[in-house]
Amino acid sequence: MAGGAGIQGGDGGERAFRLAASAPGAVVTLVLILFALALLVGLSFRVNDGSLFGAGFTLDNFATVGTDPLYAMVIARSLTIAGLVTLATVATAYPVAYWLSFHAGRRRALVLFLVTLPFWTSYLLRVFAWKIVLAYNGVLNSAFTATGLWDTPSTALLNTPAAVVLTLAHAYAPFAILPILVSLDTIPRSLTEAAADLGARPFTTFRRVILPNSMPGVLAAAVVVFVPTVGDYVTPALVGGPSSTMIGTLIQAQFGKAQDWPFGAALAVVVMAVILAAILLVRLGDRRFGSRT
Amino acid sequence: MSTAAPAPRWLSGYVAGYLVFLYLPVALIPLFSFNDSIQAAFPLKGFTLAWYAGLAGNDTLRGALLNSLVVGLAAATVATGCGVTVAYAELAFATRFSWLVAGLARLPILIPGVIVGIALLIVVNLAGLGPSRIAIVLGHVLVALPTTVIVMRGAFAAVPRSIPEAARDLGAGEAVVFRRVMLPLAAPAAASAFMLAFLTSFDEFIVAFFLAGTEPTLPLYVWSQLRFPKSLPTVMALGTAILCASIAIAGAAEMLRRRGLRRLPA
Repeated sequence: MAGGAGIQGGDGGERAFRLAASAPGAVVTLVLILFALALLVGLSFRVNDGSLFGAGFTLDNFATVGTDPLYAMVIARSLTIAGLVTLATVATAYPVAYWLSFHAGRRRALVLFLVTLPFWTSYLLRVFAWKIVLAYNGVLNSAFTATGLWDTPSTALLNTPAAVVLTLAHAYAPFAILPILVSLDTIPRSLTEAAADLGARPFTTFRRVILPNSMPGVLAAAVVVFVPTVGDYVTPALVGGPSSTMIGTLIQAQFGKAQDWPFGAALAVVVMAVILAAILLVRLGDRRFGSRT
Repeated sequence: MSTAAPAPRWLSGYVAGYLVFLYLPVALIPLFSFNDSIQAAFPLKGFTLAWYAGLAGNDTLRGALLNSLVVGLAAATVATGCGVTVAYAELAFATRFSWLVAGLARLPILIPGVIVGIALLIVVNLAGLGPSRIAIVLGHVLVALPTTVIVMRGAFAAVPRSIPEAARDLGAGEAVVFRRVMLPLAAPAAASAFMLAFLTSFDEFIVAFFLAGTEPTLPLYVWSQLRFPKSLPTVMALGTAILCASIAIAGAAEMLRRRGLRRLPA
């Protein structure tokens, strides 16, 4: 399989080079990605008997996920929160990408760097920053009570699902801009000129020409934001409180305190299935808008 | 994009506001790291460097920092090596197998960190390694791999086809073309990919959370300190140092990437 048609023309040296160049990637992807995920799926069908890989085949883990209302609720909550975060992030990122593509001019490189920079700084610290902003004796409360706008600090800021949505939307903001920008950049400028020549006002041009043509980027951005947020562990733990437990927290608990690895694996498989379904849905949408990438 | 029309004022204002929203919460961390109070609250008390002084004599912290550096360098080396070869094979060999590997290498983007962590936890336990420094390195290789592959693919794709073709016409074999032509042209991008992979590893929390044995990485140390209200100012001093280091490395990576693109004939 590693050969293919390309290799037959080459001599021994070419073959050795191709083998050597293919080896590192093949080992890492086939062993650490494919094999690891296959193991995870396999483990989800095992009985928890205290050994590493369990004994026997069972569907009980999935039956529990499907029938216990607790898991349905937490999965529904994770999807809702991740959905809201995705919506908020993409909607707020779009105008920035639009400005970068159509109006930035010479400032483009600088602003693009500023927008992507937080992506490379500590995620943990960005979440922690919101904790100190929203805490009872934190920045926002102290600022408002010190200026006399509020009489007493509010407890309604931290440990709410809203705090999780806000924090995640902030943490993943840089993710959304790049895919949208890439798709805006590929729109031929002749299209907008043609729309203007035909008498379209700027907003009509945006609604009928630019927005539909940039949908592939919007959908790609939605996927890139949705995937990590749906399984997030750090943010619910730091700013969410007990009322916003998400599925990542439950998976962690199965591999930690609860010591039920097969059940944790089943939860993980369900999450991957949900993500796969979301991506397939996006693919469908992509086809409808006619992807150019 | 040189044909930039002036933006409507509300749009420019929005972009400025967006940048403020992006940076303001994070800017509070350095601000309060110099504040002479346990509380991160207004009004600010006196200016102090005590929290930074507290970092210097902390042995656990030094151990975590050293561990993060070792793990980050190892993971970045492996991830860059894999990224270079996977991207090159995808473009130059273009076999079905090289496409499969390249596709799999991008897959970790589509898997939440929690799942990458537990999947590898099962693998390293099965292999008899258990949670350990090597386990974290493997985890960070996976997390950084999509970035290195994407950066290197862009770099190799930006080289005009006529350059390797000319080398082939002059009698260079495939290995020579790679080593003497393509790799030198893509070297700045490889350095950039290495730094980005290092940064990814340096900041990564959740995968390390599952795979760490007795030696925590820096984010794991920060996480362990977040539980204690008394250590919050110290965390903010440490956080400020981490932010500065991350920004410096990200800036250097960006400069290298641009220099790499400029070196190519248009």
